[in-house]
Amino acid sequence: MTGVWALLHRDLRLAVREGGAIGTALGFFLIVVSLMPLGLGPDLNLLARIAAGVLWIALLLAALLSLNRIFEADYEDGTLDVLATGPLPLELVSAIKALAHWITTGIPLAILAPVLGILLNLDLNAYPVLVGTTLVGTPAVSFLGAVGAALTMKTRRGGLLLALIVLPLYVPTLIFGISAVSASAGPSGAGSSFLILAAVSLVTMVLGPVAAAAALRIQIQ
Amino acid sequence: MDLGPHAGFIWISYAVVAVTVAGLIVWLLADGWKQRADLEALERRGVKRRSSNK
Amino acid sequence: MQTLTQRLANPTRFMELSARLLPWFVAASAILLVYGLYLSFFDSPPDYQQGETVRIMYIHVPCAWLSMMIYGLIALSSFGLLVFRHPLADVSAKAAAPLGAAFTFLALVTGSLWGKPMWGTYWVWDARLTSVLLLFFLYLGLIALRSALEDEGAAAKLTAVLALVGVTLLPIIKFSVNWWNTLHQPSTDFGATVDPSMRLPLLVMALAFTLMFFAMHLKAMRNEILRRRAKALRTQIIMGRDRLAAQGAAE
Repeated sequence: MTGVWALLHRDLRLAVREGGAIGTALGFFLIVVSLMPLGLGPDLNLLARIAAGVLWIALLLAALLSLNRIFEADYEDGTLDVLATGPLPLELVSAIKALAHWITTGIPLAILAPVLGILLNLDLNAYPVLVGTTLVGTPAVSFLGAVGAALTMKTRRGGLLLALIVLPLYVPTLIFGISAVSASAGPSGAGSSFLILAAVSLVTMVLGPVAAAAALRIQIQ
Repeated sequence: MDLGPHAGFIWISYAVVAVTVAGLIVWLLADGWKQRADLEALERRGVKRRSSNK
Repeated sequence: MQTLTQRLANPTRFMELSARLLPWFVAASAILLVYGLYLSFFDSPPDYQQGETVRIMYIHVPCAWLSMMIYGLIALSSFGLLVFRHPLADVSAKAAAPLGAAFTFLALVTGSLWGKPMWGTYWVWDARLTSVLLLFFLYLGLIALRSALEDEGAAAKLTAVLALVGVTLLPIIKFSVNWWNTLHQPSTDFGATVDPSMRLPLLVMALAFTLMFFAMHLKAMRNEILRRRAKALRTQIIMGRDRLAAQGAAE
């Protein structure tokens, strides 16, 4: 277990030291959300109706920005080879790196989301649910993104290719995340969407590292 | 043949499918010829496949 | 007692076998296609609600069916590559991807043209069309990933991983799209029940398209095998030249 904590601690510290990446993702999130009313008009009723969707999509795009660095830094300086031959299975290494990404990028984005909801006149009842769904849904973003990052690690323009590959896979998270937020303002409540969202996240947390590790093994042969 | 008021849609659909399928077939045939030509050119340069000496 | 896949593992054997099979697939699909077109236009009634435009169904459904079947074939080939290291598995997957993308594109186009007379717009975000659109993106991802990687061996295996990830998530994606669709609009499930008089043309066309795809797939695999042979020969030439150059330098 100490290996797990050591790796997690190291990745978290590196991410914090590299501070700029988180700031850039948050800044991108803010700007994209701000562009929406500029593009669609300031009608508050319209914005309130699309707020949940806009927030989730902008969050996804912002998270995609930072994903291709999950493995790249370690690959470039040879750490990945050491990790691959070390005591921790590569699946666990991938899971820890995805978890670190979630903690350093997913959670800050999820925290910023309700603040940006103010810009979009998001319904007040939806605020707690929004925080809940983004916190529960962003692990899927990190863990699926890790698979994409592992697949595109050595390619040029990897960031764009990563987005192309991974965005269709995000559809369930997107649909159930938005459904939970929109439903909370209505009569039927957010319950079932939320549970399915959680289930999807759990599935990606289990299967994602398996796929990512398989891809990494192929890459470092 | 009277295909009703929306006949245009029917014809265009079948045409798009026909053109695409034809295009795929042409591409497959042309690619096949190109690969065969490449292989023959290489073999003429004296390189032999290991399994071709039987 | 070798299984079929074991016997086909040798590329030379595959080339021999496919050369003999190909004409049969082509002939069978051509005959069925002619028969199917005859049935579609001359031997089936117009729909009670849709009128003549129901005839688009006879090419839309086969394309949609193929788009899913081909992805399944790619997933199966990917499994064969990663788990069994079957020598022709990657050839199969690589050959099938652009064909799958083409038929998915056709499913989208014919679906759009089918929908316009019925709903007045060229695109509707109903569950079925949206799922096909997402499947199209999955195909694009496979093709893009393979073309972005220069090392062919790594490209083969990484594309295989992506295909398996896609096929695993595909049921969840379809489920979520169905969910999303029922939330936002009433069920626009067209063609849910197919009249018996329409079943025969549909079946014949579906079979014709499937056989046509198998013919195309075999041909594409043959082309890919030839391409790899040529590449191997070129590598041989280069290595021979390098060896001579090294010998020359050593003297």
